[in-house]
Amino acid sequence: MVMKTKEKLIVKGKRLDGRKPDELREIEMKVGVIPNANGSAQVRFGNTVAIAGVYGPRIAHPRHLQKHDRAILKCRYNMAPFSVEDRARPGPSRRSKEITKVTRLALEPALFLKDYPKTAIEIYIEILQADGSTRVTGINAASLALADAGVPMKDLVVALSGGKIDDTLILDLCGKEDNYSEADIPCALMPRRKEITLLQMDGRLMPEEVKTIIKNVLKAGEEVYKKQKEALKEKYGK
Amino acid sequence: MRSDYVLKLLESGERVDGRKMDEFRDIKLETGIIKRAEGSARVKIGKTDVIVGVKMDLGEPFSDIPDMGVLRTGAEFTPIASPDFESGPPGEDATELARVVDRGIRESESIDLEKLCLKEGEKVWTVFVDVHIINHDGNLIDASTLAAFAALKTAKIPKLEKDKIVRDELEKKLPISHEPVTITVGKISDKFLIDLTKEEEEVLDSKLSIAIREDGKVCAMQKSGNLSLKVEDAEKMIDLAIKKSKDIRKFL
Repeated sequence: MVMKTKEKLIVKGKRLDGRKPDELREIEMKVGVIPNANGSAQVRFGNTVAIAGVYGPRIAHPRHLQKHDRAILKCRYNMAPFSVEDRARPGPSRRSKEITKVTRLALEPALFLKDYPKTAIEIYIEILQADGSTRVTGINAASLALADAGVPMKDLVVALSGGKIDDTLILDLCGKEDNYSEADIPCALMPRRKEITLLQMDGRLMPEEVKTIIKNVLKAGEEVYKKQKEALKEKYGK
Repeated sequence: MRSDYVLKLLESGERVDGRKMDEFRDIKLETGIIKRAEGSARVKIGKTDVIVGVKMDLGEPFSDIPDMGVLRTGAEFTPIASPDFESGPPGEDATELARVVDRGIRESESIDLEKLCLKEGEKVWTVFVDVHIINHDGNLIDASTLAAFAALKTAKIPKLEKDKIVRDELEKKLPISHEPVTITVGKISDKFLIDLTKEEEEVLDSKLSIAIREDGKVCAMQKSGNLSLKVEDAEKMIDLAIKKSKDIRKFL
């Protein structure tokens, strides 16, 4: 976003919330939070909270949506009206439509859709509290919810944002940093394969900075990966 | 099947229409084609045909940026453009196209929005950029961004008389400070392609659209497609896009 601030976002090497440039916010992940869903998870990065529920694989309805050779992946990213400062009007916005699409594409490479013909795997993500990096928080929750639902995956999908503020490359942007950043790069990856499944950017960066941020995200993604695995172990034991 | 043929040819390093992997189809750009619009452009890349119209109106600024004009970008997949398009409100793909075009223009800071403020917090110019697809044969993102920026670059602000717009009298040019170009690189198995046709897009693994400014800065990216991307692939795609952006820039 093109916004200007006179306020410094980094003072004496520390960010607004006291973090170092490459430090992530406090992360909390819990699996199995929606009894009705086949799989579910809640993920918190600082003040950003997302909850995801997975239904399926189950027979796709209406029938004309069924694919004879694979499952369809349905996805919805939605912001709760109370998740933001000024109430968000319920229903799909242009922003949420686009995020829904890139979220689906971020998760799809990890799944074996061909193993479940005629079915639908449905992923619903609700952002309960927004303080930057909501799409990546939602993807982390969805990845855990898929694993919790017992949907076979090539790898967990780990998501994290990187960016640049006050001439410094950072990780895990909070809301204020997102608004005033020089650049914001949301990423999702399959850590074991070192493959990217979501890559977006806005801002202004030299090409080398883009590449550095992607590498930094990949490296710090290990920490998020570890948290995801811990959350699953927490429910399913050692 | 047709898609097998496309893939088989690619394996031996060829494209159906005989182009090199990093070669654009013929590009035609016309500006000022819609008399009613404050700015307009039509871009044809091969059989892909896109019209962008710019309209300007008075409006209120956003409360968090009270001293800046407003940019709004929309895209419509009109049913005339493809047997796959249906009428109705913009779907996921049209919305994504609009937002990717918007991001390229906005994040490059191409329009000097501060100069579009008439009264802080109260009255600013709103610039509407509307992308209309006339014929879809692939690479809508590059074609639409080129048309959108060409339309903006040639757009003029209407005259104001006692705070009313005089529609048929255009005054000064829209203030432009940077020039973005968006290049999409597609990946099909181990090949990197530029300017994919619709039938190539139907078999692609993944693609990355990259907006690049005249000073070499990257301003926006969007990955799409069903498969993942290796980090090295992403880097190669960024480099290729920067190299090819010069081919498009000469049209501006």
